[in-house]
Amino acid sequence: MKRNDVFTFAAVLALLAVLPAAIYPLFLMKVLCFALFACAFNLLIGYVGLLSFGHAMFFGFAAYVSGHAVKVWGWPTEAGILAGTGAAALLGVAAGAIAIRRQGIYFAMVTLALAQMVFFYCHQAPFTGGEDGIQAIPRRPLLGVIDITNDTVFYYVVLAIFTFGFLLIYRVIHSPFGQVLKAIRENEPRAISLGYRVDRYKLLAFVLSAALAGLAGATKAIVFKIASLTDVAWQMSGEVVLMTLVGGMGTVLGPLVGAAVIVSMQNYLARFGEWVLVIQGAIFVTTVLLLRRGIVGEIVAAFARRALRRGKDTAQDAD
Amino acid sequence: MRMKCLMIAAAACLAAGAAEAQYSNGNIKIGVMNDQSGTYADLAGPGSVWAAKKAVADFCKAQKCHDKIEVIFADHQNKPDIGAGIARRWYDVEQVDVMVDVPTSSVALAVNNITKEKNKVFLVSGAASSDLTGKACTPNTIHWTYDTWALANGTGNAIVKTGGKTWFFLTADYAFGHALERDTAAVVEKNGGKVVGKVRHPFPGQDFSSFLLQAQASKAQIIGLANAGADTTNAIKQAAEFGIVAAGQNLAGLLVFLTDVHSLGLKTAQGLIFTEAWYWDMNDANRAFAKEFAAANRDIHPSMVHAGVYSAVTHYLKAVHALGSDADGAKVVAKMKEMPTDDKLMGKGKIRADGRKIHDMYLFEVKKPAESKKPWDYYKLRATIPADEAFRPMAEGGCPLVK
Repeated sequence: MKRNDVFTFAAVLALLAVLPAAIYPLFLMKVLCFALFACAFNLLIGYVGLLSFGHAMFFGFAAYVSGHAVKVWGWPTEAGILAGTGAAALLGVAAGAIAIRRQGIYFAMVTLALAQMVFFYCHQAPFTGGEDGIQAIPRRPLLGVIDITNDTVFYYVVLAIFTFGFLLIYRVIHSPFGQVLKAIRENEPRAISLGYRVDRYKLLAFVLSAALAGLAGATKAIVFKIASLTDVAWQMSGEVVLMTLVGGMGTVLGPLVGAAVIVSMQNYLARFGEWVLVIQGAIFVTTVLLLRRGIVGEIVAAFARRALRRGKDTAQDAD
Repeated sequence: MRMKCLMIAAAACLAAGAAEAQYSNGNIKIGVMNDQSGTYADLAGPGSVWAAKKAVADFCKAQKCHDKIEVIFADHQNKPDIGAGIARRWYDVEQVDVMVDVPTSSVALAVNNITKEKNKVFLVSGAASSDLTGKACTPNTIHWTYDTWALANGTGNAIVKTGGKTWFFLTADYAFGHALERDTAAVVEKNGGKVVGKVRHPFPGQDFSSFLLQAQASKAQIIGLANAGADTTNAIKQAAEFGIVAAGQNLAGLLVFLTDVHSLGLKTAQGLIFTEAWYWDMNDANRAFAKEFAAANRDIHPSMVHAGVYSAVTHYLKAVHALGSDADGAKVVAKMKEMPTDDKLMGKGKIRADGRKIHDMYLFEVKKPAESKKPWDYYKLRATIPADEAFRPMAEGGCPLVK
């Protein structure tokens, strides 16, 4: 890990660790779940260049699976979350195997179509409870000892889950595997000509992204004790695109910032009802027009420009 | 915003020390949650907030009341996860003592669970599901105005008895629609009628033509609409375009509100038969309430949901003042069940052990355009269903509180 990154992450983590003292923990957990979801999505769009428009299927389906496992089968919390993650990964293998054969708009449409099929299934299948969703999912003690009925305690568990997912993604994109992904993003024919089986790389990245989206969804179901159609609807797929673009596509911290911005807006502007969507739209347009790289992307770029200028200055001094 | 909340809470704590009665945080905070801008905004929405405030004002006029009673509201957009999020925040952070209204059964069931978990009070007016006093009943919830069983019973009974023996159902394809269809079919068959067919339409639906043609082909006397809101009004409009009613089949709306009839217009809605708990043009007290309500709400006249909110909040305030405390939700509800209900809109009634509020229900028929004498003059009374027959017998609900 680069030294700069270590400092930044440590600072962010420290901030996240003290926040529950000032802010309602349930709200923070929601931000973290969506941040992890956006990070998973960002792995695909930011580093492989694949725009999935159906990520809600992993998020929402995992929420249903973990909710059902914990509530109806009486599984422990951690097993429920793992079951959700696993189900999302399997779904990712199936959806990915079909979708990665196409690129660009076709890829987006294939993922959207698959997500709608999953939505329809969740709408009709008896175990999801249809419009009612799965409600009153119990929060059983984690690993049999940690009492997570207290929101503040559970917040730290969610923070740990988020940190795990976040560092995993960081590790992946800085590995040789990640380098190949970036090569595919930049020039796929060239990666093929270099002898990489790009389909396998893309599928693996897709499954990884799906599993992490599932981890986020499964955790959210336990946090709010409810899994509903909202989580699996196409609007959710749109929301995660929005979070990633606002925060900064292809930046490590961008999705976290984007999720915090969008979830805060939905939370604090809730009194305006449907106007929230209009405000969201306005902010999206503004971001895309004025901050093309997203919030974090622009900050990183500003630092890079300064470093470059300084570099030039010192070079001139040397002359 | 947060800071302000904290300051208000702190100020309230100081005030509570001085007051005699023990109200949590020194105030009584009523949270009205419903659909503020979507499909159900007119039948509940801002009108319910107005009704709750009106109930507080009338209560404080009639007797000495606690000096800090606050009404707040939020929009759940008909989504259970948004509703659950707001309910948790209200109970955890904003010190709400009682939640009121909450149309859309899925959201109401979510709030029902959370209210029990936090030991607060939940007064349902807008939601329909009879599960709220059945298998999902809690010691913290009272279902005030109507429910699916009462609607199915009232409408189904009346229509079969007046000769509508064969039925075809057009059902919204989700839990609520299925429940309404199941309850009505049971009533129809019990009275010697027959269900000749049914078709499920996607929710929400726009194009009902193929379903309506199936209904027409079934030759059933009655087409039962087991859906709500825009689905019902769209189906009725399209049925009128196909000339279904003109050809001799009748429509039975299983969940129709005054505001739906208003948006359909009498020409389309005439002859529709359905069950409701309250109508504004039945007596002077109702008319006076409606006049004030309409003046404050863009001329919309109050639906039974609004009247239910008024009635429920009034009774809640009586119980809380009798106890001198709003801290323990289950105790407040127990007190409410113990006291008979009486208010100017819904009259005298009582609350059963399973949380079901009992009162008369009415079977209405929509007037012909020629019969309507003034704006919003839409219903004529066909029958009154006495309180003891209007609701599901307690033993059949499967509520664990009933032993």
